[in-house]
Amino acid sequence: MKYYSYFPGCSSSEGTAVAYGLSTQAICGPLEMELVELEDWNCCGTTPYSSTDELASVAVATRNLALAEKTGLDLVTPCSACYTSLNRANSQLRQYPDLRDKVNDCLTSVGLEYKGTVRVRHLFEVIYNDIGLKVIESKVVNPLSELKVAAYYGCQLVRPEPGFDNKYNPQSLDEFIVSLGAESTPFPLKDRCCGSSLVIPEVDIALGLIHKLLESAASGGAKCMVTVCPLCQTNLDAYQAMASRKFGTRYNLPILFFTQLLGLALGVEPKALALDKNIISTERVLARFTSKSAERAPATSKSAIERESSLRTKALLKGRE
Amino acid sequence: MNSVASKTSDVLVMTTEGEEFLEEVCSIPGGESVRWCIQCGMCSASCPNVAQMDNSPRRTIALIHAGRRYDVLKSNTMWVCASCYLCTVRCPKEVKITELMHALERLSTYYGLTTKRTTTATMYRAFIDSIKSNGRVHELGMMMKYYLTTVLTGKTNPFSLVKMLPLALNLMLHRRMTIKPTRIKGAEQIKTIVERAKALGGVK
Ligand code: SF4
Ligand code: SF4
Repeated sequence: MKYYSYFPGCSSSEGTAVAYGLSTQAICGPLEMELVELEDWNCCGTTPYSSTDELASVAVATRNLALAEKTGLDLVTPCSACYTSLNRANSQLRQYPDLRDKVNDCLTSVGLEYKGTVRVRHLFEVIYNDIGLKVIESKVVNPLSELKVAAYYGCQLVRPEPGFDNKYNPQSLDEFIVSLGAESTPFPLKDRCCGSSLVIPEVDIALGLIHKLLESAASGGAKCMVTVCPLCQTNLDAYQAMASRKFGTRYNLPILFFTQLLGLALGVEPKALALDKNIISTERVLARFTSKSAERAPATSKSAIERESSLRTKALLKGRE
Repeated sequence: MNSVASKTSDVLVMTTEGEEFLEEVCSIPGGESVRWCIQCGMCSASCPNVAQMDNSPRRTIALIHAGRRYDVLKSNTMWVCASCYLCTVRCPKEVKITELMHALERLSTYYGLTTKRTTTATMYRAFIDSIKSNGRVHELGMMMKYYLTTVLTGKTNPFSLVKMLPLALNLMLHRRMTIKPTRIKGAEQIKTIVERAKALGGVK
């Protein structure tokens, strides 16, 4: 069993991306990892705060780091924006001593202290690196064969913090899709911006970006798209109808959280993956797998089917090389 | 400031007043990196929203070097930046352009120069108010506050909101909006932290 401190972020805990939070909980069991929710965590502040007040934004974000430091565990978040802003707090504190002194002063006023030792990680990176695709492959009981998936990295999984995947041409999510038995389709704009929170004040700009992404994914033959960020999912899923109206298109492309796809392949009961919260219905594309997954859900012991699926995935992986 | 600002010639010249603005930007965490810029234009070429910007990211940096405080802070450039970090990872000189955009948003607010054409600042404020009162962002509350403010100040046409109705309805029907905000136990701590930050005079 692997243990982590867990930072769900506002939208995955109960808001627009609640399906992300639910499906994350659902895959922990089969992956033998335990996410211990950080007690009384607060919003990371993200771009709106750091664009308004540098000191207050870093101090508010650091409250979470101070709470996490007491647990001694890595702090894991499924949200790319939280990942970036918590990492940003860490790196600003390291780089700017003046800022660090003031942030410490702010934290002292509420009886907290941060020494600077917490490692902030993205849930996808943890699954990719700590669990590993080989293990995932061996646990796949419901291979997503012939499912054509576009891997959407978005911005803040691979940028700006270096070290996890190639920041110009990331591959990890594509490999992940293949390990589930599915097929990752060509998607040239896979790391381009969805408009993020600009979708509220600058909806036209954001719709233009959303349209380009859908077009790029669909032209590669994708039947659905997989994301690692609550904001990306909401923009591409909830705003897809608006973008279609504006540009006269009809992609009807389901947008899944990577945890939903993973859960399906691991044989998690579809209900636990909150697929019913997706606005563009996933039924047409996933029906083949959800019925199988529901049948298989009670029995998750190692079986011949598992081994067979793993062999098939291996063959698929080889085929790609 | 204004004598520098009113020059509209396209040749960007460094002046003593100009140096003041450059120094100011450089004193902000992340801002110091504008010194390293070689004006190659990679940032502008990478930016997904450059077409909607008054000044491209590269030109913004040139204007900072030329001391054109008003032109930089009055522009919409930083307000349509989506924080995608593509410019930042591609810059050959490691200029922290995204950080700079955030810093310019703060400076523009500080000098009261924020352009009336943007409502991004209003959204930011609604977002932060939500954090300050509950410790977390309550999306529905934040969005209602944003739309109410922009309609009342005449920045959003109330009729254009009709287009947003199906979206709001869909999010509700799929139970992706909570009606009641969640207040964390440490909400008071957040208030204290923010007040303390204010008392310390912040860092721009
Ligand atoms: S990419 Fe970097 S060096 Fe080139 S113009 Fe932009 S900031 Fe300057
Ligand atoms: S971070 Fe902002 S300025 Fe840089 S490329 Fe993205 S949108 Fe443009």
